[in-house]
Amino acid sequence: MSSIRFERISRTFRVGGQLVPALADIDLHVDEREFVAIVGPSGCGKTTLLRMAAGLDHPTSGRVLVGGRPVTGPGPDRAVVFQQFALFPWKTIRDNIGFGLKCTGVSRAQREPIVERYLKVMGLDGHGDAYPHQLSGGMQQRVALARSYALEPEVLLMDEPFGALDAQTRIDMQEELIRLSRVHPRTVLFITHSVDEAVYLADRVVAMDRRPGRVREIMDIAQIRRSEKWGELPVEEVMDLESFNHLRTRIWRLLRRGDGEASGHGVVDNPPLRTQPAQKTKLRRAQ
Amino acid sequence: MALATQHPGLRWLPYSLAGAAIFLAVWSLLPQAGIVPSALLPSPMAVGKTFFELTQEPFAGYTIQQHLLSSFIRFASGFGLAAAIGVPLGLLMGWYRWLDRAVAPIFETIRFIAPIAWLPFAVLWFGTGIGGPILIIFSGAFPACLINAYRGARLTQGFLIEAAETLGAKPRHIITEVVMPSALPSIVAGLRIGAGVGWQSLIGAELIVVSSGVGYLMVQGQGNLATEKVMAGMVAIGCVGVLIDVALRAAERHFRRFEQA
Ligand SMILES: Nc1ncnc2c1ncn2[C@@H]1O[C@H](COP(=O)(O)OP(=O)(O)O)[C@@H](O)[C@H]1O
Ligand SMILES: [Mg+2]
Repeated sequence: MSSIRFERISRTFRVGGQLVPALADIDLHVDEREFVAIVGPSGCGKTTLLRMAAGLDHPTSGRVLVGGRPVTGPGPDRAVVFQQFALFPWKTIRDNIGFGLKCTGVSRAQREPIVERYLKVMGLDGHGDAYPHQLSGGMQQRVALARSYALEPEVLLMDEPFGALDAQTRIDMQEELIRLSRVHPRTVLFITHSVDEAVYLADRVVAMDRRPGRVREIMDIAQIRRSEKWGELPVEEVMDLESFNHLRTRIWRLLRRGDGEASGHGVVDNPPLRTQPAQKTKLRRAQ
Repeated sequence: MALATQHPGLRWLPYSLAGAAIFLAVWSLLPQAGIVPSALLPSPMAVGKTFFELTQEPFAGYTIQQHLLSSFIRFASGFGLAAAIGVPLGLLMGWYRWLDRAVAPIFETIRFIAPIAWLPFAVLWFGTGIGGPILIIFSGAFPACLINAYRGARLTQGFLIEAAETLGAKPRHIITEVVMPSALPSIVAGLRIGAGVGWQSLIGAELIVVSSGVGYLMVQGQGNLATEKVMAGMVAIGCVGVLIDVALRAAERHFRRFEQA
């Protein structure tokens, strides 16, 4: 059991004494082993939604269930892949990948073969003893993926994981993800800025509105992807298909229409500063 | 020129040498030209000569190396104790708010008391034993050790802590594997400051409470009006202080190597 359910979720932030509704009335579910992508303008609450499934943030009203159980906090059953990679700079690649296993009590002898396997799977052989800053962005994100996969979580939560990568690396990583999910399908909630990426990867694509964040429309593309065998084709061929282009155009239209009033606000997505307030509360948790 | 481009640090060596030469020249001239009586300000040559003699013949019971060694052992004990308590306490205060709230008011008040102010109690509690100097070095080094560990812990990137939590880390993992390594550069900077203050306070303590050590040597020298012995002691203090600082600075560089530009 590893489905994700958001039940009538609302989330209001207090910013300088003012209440800002970030998410309103979200009903959404990701079935077991389903890949759901969320697209939407900056500031529509995508990250907030994913953080709630991770247990890093909590709804003002409504509830989040993973595997039928309410989420109370973060845990190794739900791996999170962050846009800024969030690797530990002082640990080698090997120790980064093994960190979750170490924390969950897997002995060194048992960790070693698992770490080696994921080094290989992610094409990181020979880099096990390097430190994160010695690797390229694409490789760092592969380490972050390996670190999550090593725990073999049933649920993967990915917040614009390829957003910081160049176009070429991004496509490689997308194909990698498709390949990995064929080997071991997982429940995935995937957030992206890129409509192409969403349509290429997901079984369903959720388009969101902002101010406050709501679900605008959900498009089911699992049928098409299966019947046309997208998963077995290279990215560029899928992107050439008429069905693919039809879908992405539809989503683009949706987003444009929904964004009419809200556009031009210049909201920066994932501003680096947003880790600052979170950090204060994080370090002050055990009162 | 070729040497200077290969070792950028050497580019400034001539300036450092020139500065030292001018300093020594002025120092030699003052007593030599009769501006200051040489009994009040011994010349560098006289100090150097006395220093050499002190390494050969015992003064105030020991040679200067033995005095230095006994000073250094006191320093290492007091400083080690300050680091062993201050660093973990600072880290834990950075993580547990209740501990911060419990300790901070007392600590913030006590840290403004100069180390040497503990001297009466050092004598009262420990007599001439090693406990007195250790108490004084401890009170000199402890605040910097604690404060810097605390600040380092508080500046740990929130997203790294969150990442660790999603990977199943419990508080003890987060403190030892995320907060501590992340705070390490700050911790080492604190140790460096603490060591400096501790070493200074030690000499102050030795002027009064003990019967060996560089401070004691200086007091004995003063008693004999042997100003060049006092100054040889000062030179020794400066040199050992520089060595301690150089060692900790190397450690600091080592622990900063992960910081990205
Ligand atoms: N910790 C926070 N404090 C205050 N406001 C926040 C916080 N996190 C998010 N917000 C606000 O909530 C809204 C949604 O943010 P976010 O979930 O990051 O959107 P997205 O990921 O879709 O760009 C934004 O308006 C943002 O400014
Ligand atoms: Mg976001």
